[in-house]
Amino acid sequence: MSEYTLKLSGLEPLIVTKESNFINVGERTNVTGSRKFLRLIQEGNFEEAIDVARDQVDGGAQIIDVNMDEGMLDGVESMVKFLNLIAAEPDIARVPVMIDSSKWEIIEAGLQCIQGKGVVNSISLKEGEEQFKNQARKVKMYGAAVIVMAFDEKGQADSYERRIEICKRSYDILVNEVGFYPGDIIFDPNIFPVATGMEEHNNNALDFFNATKWIRKNLPGAHVSGGVSNVSFSFRGNNVVREAMHAAFLYHGIQNGMTMGIVNPTMLEVYDEVDKELMEYVEDVLLNRRPDATERLLEYAETVKGDAKEKKVDLEWRNQPVGKRIAHALIKGITEFIDEDVEEARQQFDAPLEVIEGPLMDGMNIVGDLFGAGKMFLPQVVKSARVMKKAVAYLTPYIEAEKGAGNSRGKILLATVKGDVHDIGKNIVGVVLGCNNFEVIDMGVMVPADKILERAQAENAQIIGLSGLITPSLDEMVHVAKEMERLNLDIPLLIGGATTSRVHTAVKIDPHFEANQSIHVLDASRSVTVAEKLLGGDRESFKKEIRSEYEKVRENHAKNRQRKEFLTLEEATSNKFPIDWNQFQVKKPNQIGSKTLKDFDLNLLRNYIDWTPFFMTWELAGKYPNILEDEIVGQEAQKLFADANSMLDQIISEKWLTANAVLGVWPANSVNENDIEIYDASTKEVLNIQHCIRQQTKKSAQAHNMSLADFIAPKNSGKEDFIGGFVVTTGLGIEKKIAEFEADHDDYSSIMLKALADRLAEAFAEYLHEYVRKEYWGYAADEDLSNEELIKEKYKGIRPAPGYPACPDHTEKIGLFKMLNATELTGVSLTESLAMLPAASVSGWYFANPESKYFGIQKIKEDQVESLAQRKGYDSNEMKRWLSSLLD
Amino acid sequence: MKNDIRQALQERILVLDGAMGTMIQQYKLSEEDFRKGWFEDHEGDLKGNNDLLSMTRPDIIKEIHAKYLEAGADILETNTFSGTSIAQADYHLEKAAYNINYYGAKIAKEVAEEFTAKNPAKPRFVAGSIGPTNRTLSISPDVNDPGYRAITFEELVNAYKEQTKGLIEGGADLLLVETVFDTLNAKAALFAIEEVQNEMKTDLPIMVSGTITDASGRTLSGQTTEAFLISISHIPILSVGLNCALGASALRPYLQVLDQKSDFFVSAHPNAGLPNEFGEYDETPEMMASQIEDFLKEHLVNIVGGCCGTTPAHIKAIADVAAKYSPRQIKELAN
Repeated sequence: MSEYTLKLSGLEPLIVTKESNFINVGERTNVTGSRKFLRLIQEGNFEEAIDVARDQVDGGAQIIDVNMDEGMLDGVESMVKFLNLIAAEPDIARVPVMIDSSKWEIIEAGLQCIQGKGVVNSISLKEGEEQFKNQARKVKMYGAAVIVMAFDEKGQADSYERRIEICKRSYDILVNEVGFYPGDIIFDPNIFPVATGMEEHNNNALDFFNATKWIRKNLPGAHVSGGVSNVSFSFRGNNVVREAMHAAFLYHGIQNGMTMGIVNPTMLEVYDEVDKELMEYVEDVLLNRRPDATERLLEYAETVKGDAKEKKVDLEWRNQPVGKRIAHALIKGITEFIDEDVEEARQQFDAPLEVIEGPLMDGMNIVGDLFGAGKMFLPQVVKSARVMKKAVAYLTPYIEAEKGAGNSRGKILLATVKGDVHDIGKNIVGVVLGCNNFEVIDMGVMVPADKILERAQAENAQIIGLSGLITPSLDEMVHVAKEMERLNLDIPLLIGGATTSRVHTAVKIDPHFEANQSIHVLDASRSVTVAEKLLGGDRESFKKEIRSEYEKVRENHAKNRQRKEFLTLEEATSNKFPIDWNQFQVKKPNQIGSKTLKDFDLNLLRNYIDWTPFFMTWELAGKYPNILEDEIVGQEAQKLFADANSMLDQIISEKWLTANAVLGVWPANSVNENDIEIYDASTKEVLNIQHCIRQQTKKSAQAHNMSLADFIAPKNSGKEDFIGGFVVTTGLGIEKKIAEFEADHDDYSSIMLKALADRLAEAFAEYLHEYVRKEYWGYAADEDLSNEELIKEKYKGIRPAPGYPACPDHTEKIGLFKMLNATELTGVSLTESLAMLPAASVSGWYFANPESKYFGIQKIKEDQVESLAQRKGYDSNEMKRWLSSLLD
Repeated sequence: MKNDIRQALQERILVLDGAMGTMIQQYKLSEEDFRKGWFEDHEGDLKGNNDLLSMTRPDIIKEIHAKYLEAGADILETNTFSGTSIAQADYHLEKAAYNINYYGAKIAKEVAEEFTAKNPAKPRFVAGSIGPTNRTLSISPDVNDPGYRAITFEELVNAYKEQTKGLIEGGADLLLVETVFDTLNAKAALFAIEEVQNEMKTDLPIMVSGTITDASGRTLSGQTTEAFLISISHIPILSVGLNCALGASALRPYLQVLDQKSDFFVSAHPNAGLPNEFGEYDETPEMMASQIEDFLKEHLVNIVGGCCGTTPAHIKAIADVAAKYSPRQIKELAN
């Protein structure tokens, strides 16, 4: 009961308040307590010594105690080296360090190595007040908390009275004379062994508990810690008894106000799980409850020798009551037993609906809380949802038989808009919302506006969520918003998907929709809070907040727009990217014309996969492969990666997906600065004109207004040049498998398969590009790049995709597909918004010029749209619609 | 003086000045300017060692200081960011460290006093700028040897002591440990300051300002904002804040952490946005001031100013908005 807080830090804060649970201090990085650690340090095997620290942190240590006090070691050197090394390990360095030594010089050397606020273990009055004060002042200047041993000039405190006398005296000196912050003082009132056979030791534990209680009551702010394993010293070799003693000691210590302890966190038994009989004997000893306590425990100990914690039966949770089993299955994502557990629960409840509202929702609430608190990650949540869906599917026939009505938090309609086929993100949002007890109506992909609105009205949906990935979908969303406004549909509109943004929603959608509010949702994890707020009691103020936020976004956008200077298309063209065509030596392709690859071996693509975007799909942030070792998401990333690879094995061995591709290389020249004419190799007639967009924003002195046309030799240079094109897909056959997963309520596998198909399509594009560079065209025959280098685009030449930054005009796909006869040869078709179907497809152009590079068009002006419309023979309004994302 | 600034901080938001380097560039100085009168025969180039100009061209540095004060700054930073013997070792000018700080503080103080005399209602303060140096105590410069350190805590303390002494003797009113990318370096600076102040029996208020280097919200040495705050809270500093690296709007979430968790005053002196592809900062004074206005509306800060890329025009715009808002009140923390 004090106003002082102990605040420590490693890379992250550790704050000990009244409400905090007991703080575990990892004890294994201590040469006096761990023979293994001593050996590792003596051998100079710091790599493994670091692993010991990592195990402690992984095992739950919130602080790690580091001790190098051993006669054969140079304590200062070992301490410094070890602390410097763990500083480079973020998963260890996130916790504070306890610098443990009986030598001040080692402590001080350690303090000079830690950037966070650690703990000194320990100082005491052993060598008198002067030294005590000097050391305390130093500790304060280095910025650490301190453990004070109950030790004075006369020796170590071994009774209750001596403990409180020394602690009180130490406290007064620290607070009143040194000015030490009371919250940074931690007492160690000495944990001594019990059951030693010597009568004077019988009260050792009890004295510690009582002293702890006194300290917490009488020395405001001060904490109490101790080296717990000391207490069971007489039972070395019998881990069952030792763990039981530690569990009991901690239980009573904590009851009396002990706030932290030095323990082996990976070997902690739970008080409730200790055998009752053993616990009774242990407590008899600790609390000195009967004279023969020691003998009785010794006798019992003989019968339970062995390693208790080593192998826990994995299915122990099956012995718990059904509600706990269901919660466990949901949290761990185990579907194996869910049907039988739900059946058992169903028989216990009056109505099947109560199973959903009771144990299942309780479990999902835990999942929701853990997800919200960042303790679970998306892949786990999707697995939980799979369990939930299975359970609900099992109960549905019973519920329908009883005609019970669902009791959800709200009805949300989701759809990927017309012309777009990308739905991974939308599906994830659906799962996450479903997990949080919203009723989700998922209309799938390519859903026209009228169908969305019709269904929303018919179902009385309370929110509509739109998703899309390609740029034309942005316009379709605007269209849906306008339609909602026209119908005066007074429900909120959520906008999500890769090309959507807060700015787009605020500037392009929001002004057209006043009937209610449109809101951009950045990712799946945010969808829940947004939906909750939109349907909660404070919804009007939330919407008002969004409205004023969007108002501001629009203002800023307008300001930024004014800042941007544009050139006319003519001016931009005269600042084109210069290539000296007189010096230019074209590499004549080894083969000209097109080539089809059917039913390509997926095994060959596996090594070309760029995994980083895969993890992004699952909202796990980080670069592959480092993400697998990430301190926060690493574990989940590893699991996800393992699941992905095992599904990949199946995709390949069971031929779930078919991969087709077509590529071509043709003679080409640029004409009129901005277009590329592509010719038939034999007849020389024009096969296609590729119309390129040029950057139009004003550039600094050395920079150019780029267009893809700049990378192809102009017709009037007299040089023959070439261009290539390709379409690949790995999505054929996916529908069948997806339907199977959906029938099985297995969103996890369904999302996984789509994400993998996407990755394989990109990998196929990467593979094909390499094949073109090295063989088909052969302009980089000597190239030797690793997959990592490929991902970093270290290769010569580029393969820009129509609809993406360098050539954002999706309509260019039409000519590309025609030239390649792609739909017939690969099975990839184009939707009305020119998305490719199946979604796991990639198309693009090949440019071989060594000076060619990727760039982004960004914004353009009306004059260029007008020019493109003329060149392409489009109506200018139609052209504008296709390019609207490039216009302000 | 200590009380003066605490009192001023209770009443209004104080404005820190802007970038020194950006201003010096405009003078298009030559090698000779960096040597004049002090280092004429020094071997090796000195151009670019801006801290020397407090000695060799005090007229220029004073002019820049005056421009910032005219723009409305309450606190001047001395031109001593790299004024440790460690940072000066790059120019073989370890021996100049004391003078850099002494003269850096002295000329800033002269300008500040001139302005205070003109308008005693708005006292101007001089903060001795203490940079992070180019060595780091928590990170190995050698990827193959993560346990290696290019410098020791003691070496750093000694260098900081010399710098601190120079600043105090030159007349600084405050000490500003800034651009902290490695908290252990900052702890060494605080350790040095404590030692010097104990020896000299002075009690200058200390400001500490960290740098969040990327969107993960951590310092270069890996600490979260709150961990950083905890790690420097053992000294009763005047203010804690953030500067450099990010533009103003990106700093906001981390300032919110400081606002909520700190019982010190809170400062912010961001860059004029992120550098563009030419290494230039493009945020205009208006843009920057409008972002800073967001902090002010939320009462997140007590001290605002500018770091890289800011100019007197930026500081004027910032001072104008700062005048419209009341300062952050130090919260009664829950514990």
